Amino acid sequence: MPAVERPLIYANLRQPGYTVDIDCYLRHGGYEALKKAVALKPEDVCKEVEVSGLRGRGGAGFPTGMKWKFLDRKSGKPIYLVVNADESEPGTYKDRQIIYQDPHQMLEGIAITAWAIQAKQAFIYIRGEFVHGAKILERAIAEAKAKGFLGQNILGSGYSCEVIIHRGGGCYVCGEETGLIESLEGKRGYPRIKPPYFPAVLGLYNCPTIVNNAETMAQVKHVIAFGGAEFAKIGIPGDSGTHIWCVSGLVKRPGLYEIEAGKATFGELLHDLCGGPLDGRKIKAIIPGGSSTKILKIGERFKGKLANGTEFDWAVEDIPLDSNSIAACGTGLGTGGTIVLDDSVEMIQALSNLNAFYAHETCGQCTPCREGSLWLSRVTKRITTGGGLETDVPLLLDIANQVAGRTICAHGEAVAWPVQSAVPKFKDEYLESIRKRQQGEAVPPLKLI
Amino acid sequence: MHESPASSAPARVLKPETLAQAPAIIAQYPQKRSATMPLLHLVQEDRGYITQEDMTWVAEQVGVTPMQVLEVVTFYPMYRQSPIGRRHVRVCRTLSCALRGSYALMENLEQSLNCKRGETSPDGDFTLEFVECIADCGCGPVVHVDAAMHENVKPEDAGQFAAQLKATLKDPSYGQNPPVPGTPEWNG
Repeated sequence: MPAVERPLIYANLRQPGYTVDIDCYLRHGGYEALKKAVALKPEDVCKEVEVSGLRGRGGAGFPTGMKWKFLDRKSGKPIYLVVNADESEPGTYKDRQIIYQDPHQMLEGIAITAWAIQAKQAFIYIRGEFVHGAKILERAIAEAKAKGFLGQNILGSGYSCEVIIHRGGGCYVCGEETGLIESLEGKRGYPRIKPPYFPAVLGLYNCPTIVNNAETMAQVKHVIAFGGAEFAKIGIPGDSGTHIWCVSGLVKRPGLYEIEAGKATFGELLHDLCGGPLDGRKIKAIIPGGSSTKILKIGERFKGKLANGTEFDWAVEDIPLDSNSIAACGTGLGTGGTIVLDDSVEMIQALSNLNAFYAHETCGQCTPCREGSLWLSRVTKRITTGGGLETDVPLLLDIANQVAGRTICAHGEAVAWPVQSAVPKFKDEYLESIRKRQQGEAVPPLKLI
Repeated sequence: MHESPASSAPARVLKPETLAQAPAIIAQYPQKRSATMPLLHLVQEDRGYITQEDMTWVAEQVGVTPMQVLEVVTFYPMYRQSPIGRRHVRVCRTLSCALRGSYALMENLEQSLNCKRGETSPDGDFTLEFVECIADCGCGPVVHVDAAMHENVKPEDAGQFAAQLKATLKDPSYGQNPPVPGTPEWNG
């Protein structure tokens, strides 16, 4: 049976004539879940989210209900909710659609979450480049306040929550939750060290803070609409709900595909839904969940045992689209940003492109990441411009190994993982690229750096 | 800072309507300093870039030193300390768009707009830049021009695209209208 989509988050925005105004949202059952939530006690809303098994959609896949449990509720300090709409992982463009086409869905999730964690102030940290997106959200907030879904005395409950839109400045590392908090405080977005700066205890203004991804907020709305136990039936045990696959690169139909967790494979996603490779080409590799996740080479096989005891023996095309299965293959679902590379791509150029990205985006706080990302970028650039040596290939691994695990935030891993995963898999091709340039032979025409 | 004090001519003072927006922006936040970034966006949208005087003004508004504002300005790629062309053309360089031809597109745009990457055209009409991923990866190559997003700009269409951008120079509403899904520049 061919793979099918199950639009949950995108159900409304895909309907012809669906608009961003609140009347349209209300006609589609909008804010009913919020009514349901405020009729419950906040701790019961938290319970529903915990039971639902929802995992955060920002890349790390941490269980949302558990994150909320870490909140320090005894400090007496105000609790803040910060929504991470700083979508900047290369290959990822799912939150943009929610913001531009169905902003109230996200706002409803925010109102529910704020009630659950008892935050009286919420912030939406949105990419600076989403100029219109910020305006759309501002209008939507004003509409929601006018109808009593946000602002003072929400739905007559006596509970109040204000929402502020805060535009970023085009900085990748501000997608990291503590970097985002620093940025929101009006500083450089330098990530903070944990411990002690776990946001749930010492977050924004050193107050307890929950940082959740924009799509996670939209998912929370559906958790409450279905009820936690019902929501948990969507997807598979351990990964509930839908995942939005943002497919980009070299396939016939790149785009957004919302699929129930675990109910399709990479092969079905790429060949059935995306129409397969471009004519006359073959898919060579995929980066499964945003540029920071480890690359998978078509043709490799993955064998092992899942946590539930199931043994598996998969080709890349057989991997089911859920976090646990993908993690079992040594990579991650991340943000679902699948980048497809085909046989026209020279792999060293693809790596060089990503190295340049991470070198541009390092915040410069930690020496291994600041120096390592720049050196990786220089080494791969040197190879692509013809000055590479065979020793550059082990040198890349050597540098990457000294970055991962030695930095304050996960940008260090993001720098290292593309190199650490690609070098062993494409070593021979890299050496061939070096040799071709040394001998003045033609290289593939697609320029990536 | 590369703005010399001699450059602070009265003509470069911010518009009164810009200054008037500051108190409401600051009042939203539990702590004033959080208003640093929105005030910098405000200033940049007014005059196109941020001067030393602007940073001093922002610092006074939010209660920090001008140096603390400079730290912010120099950290975030979106803030500029020098003027740019009348249209700011940003081509996405990162992998998804590169796979769809953004490097070839950039080379062609350099020709069509008479402007090297990272520079402003001699007539002051265009500033052309490569930028990192702008979260529209399924429609690459994408080009973000001021507040408008152009999707699927193929390298071979660079000439036609450049002509379209030149025509927008006469259209003051370009990029200002709310985006309409399905139109070529809807997403900005």
